[in-house]
Amino acid sequence: MENVLNSTVEEQQEYIINMGPQHPSTHGVLRLVLSLKGETVLSVEPHIGYIHRGIEKMCESITYPQIIHLTDRMDYLSAHINNEAVCLAVEKALDVEVPERVKYIRTIMAELTRIQSHQLWWASFGMDLGALTCFFYGLRDREKILDIFEETTGGRMIVSYNCPGGLMYDIHPNFQTRVKEFISYFRKILPEYNQLLTDNVIFHERSKGMGVLTREDAIAFGITGPSARASGFSCDVRKHEPYSAYDKVKINEIMYSAGDTFHRYTARIDEMWESMNIIEQLIDNIPEGPFFVKMKPVVKLPEGEYYQRVETARGELGVYIISDGNKNPYRIKFRSPNFSNLWVMNHISKGNKIADLVAISGSLDLVIPDIDR
Amino acid sequence: MKSILKYFSEIFYGVKSLLGGMRVTGSYFFRPSTIVTQKYPENRDSLVMFDRFKGEVVMPHNEKNEHKCTGCGICEINCPNGTIEIISKMVETEDGKKKKAIDKHIYRLGMCTFCGLCVKTCPSNALAFGQEFEHAVFDRSELIKVLNQPGSQLEKGVE
Repeated sequence: MENVLNSTVEEQQEYIINMGPQHPSTHGVLRLVLSLKGETVLSVEPHIGYIHRGIEKMCESITYPQIIHLTDRMDYLSAHINNEAVCLAVEKALDVEVPERVKYIRTIMAELTRIQSHQLWWASFGMDLGALTCFFYGLRDREKILDIFEETTGGRMIVSYNCPGGLMYDIHPNFQTRVKEFISYFRKILPEYNQLLTDNVIFHERSKGMGVLTREDAIAFGITGPSARASGFSCDVRKHEPYSAYDKVKINEIMYSAGDTFHRYTARIDEMWESMNIIEQLIDNIPEGPFFVKMKPVVKLPEGEYYQRVETARGELGVYIISDGNKNPYRIKFRSPNFSNLWVMNHISKGNKIADLVAISGSLDLVIPDIDR
Repeated sequence: MKSILKYFSEIFYGVKSLLGGMRVTGSYFFRPSTIVTQKYPENRDSLVMFDRFKGEVVMPHNEKNEHKCTGCGICEINCPNGTIEIISKMVETEDGKKKKAIDKHIYRLGMCTFCGLCVKTCPSNALAFGQEFEHAVFDRSELIKVLNQPGSQLEKGVE
């Protein structure tokens, strides 16, 4: 008793607090059990499952075209890319070659999705670190992409634009001009992002050297996406295993080697530039032709196992389908990027202060519904 | 001496970076043309949604109160959530034959996920997406809608 009274907070033993499930900087219902000594993080134990909807199980009882509306709701910020993954897997299984037009439109839409996802990430990352202006600027520019989505697909985030065999509708006549307008607008705006946050001295102090992830650890933990490329792990599926129209464009893989919070940040900013380059290579060359392949009314996959991986805004998404020849899958498994990226948090935030944990988890860009599915 | 210089240069660059950020926000203060905010409830009259906007599923009727729904049930099969339910009835046509027609096309807005499969797969293009998006109601039962208007009939020539 006397010992406790005489000691200060610093000297006391580790204690455990909850961060979440309703914490603003976990960006969803993620619960982190932190073990702290003073302000220093000793370990982070993520508890997941608060938004588990059983999407994989639900997929077993619905048909392949219907799965699209569920994958929309997994990683809602890369909804279009998730849909594309399922469609590509089904098309691979049926040996269907989609028209060139579909491939081009899918690629452009996927890159637009990537930009809007990174914009929202930039907005919320700035807000996590206390720069509230970023949030307004990020959402203001994201609105322009959402308007493009809304005009062509009818949905803003939940687009449901893909279907096995092509697209639900053709692109809107205004699509090309609007995308070009957006790119010329956003090329002027992105340097402002740098002025606001990237060059800020407070931001440098809070992000440089925080949460260092080495290349070996990135591979061992299965980290993918910009977080892994900031550590020097070349893992861009668009480059290594091109799907859709990515084999027709020149892609610069954004690579850094430091692997700290700051470089995970710059990797994403550079990805926005790169995505705009990809769109510019494609937008004027969309070939004429049909926007879907006529499929049978009931899509039945031949018996077997099929796997397709794509690069979402956060990393590699894998869709693994086992079919027993019926109209619905026997088993479907999504290898979601956020689930793998989450578990590195304990490793890279050890020894940092609790305020830096917010920066580190923000730089991993987690979307919780994709973790729980 | 060097450490003092470094100390002051760090302060200088710190202040410079902060002013750089402030210049961005400050410049917007003098450029009111860049404002994108809409005053939503006030601008209801002038608010136009995109023509493909998925507000709700509707069944367009022509001026003679006729729709194109034959009651085939393809939308009901394709809906992933059981949003649509079709109650059909048998009607007698002019030449005395008995034919299936819809009695009620029930659409549960509260369950709809706006995937668009019903509109896309409808063989007679009887369904479409409406522009209405203010769906808040006080009772859940108001979200169950009957899409075909009372007394409506199948348009001539649609099989």
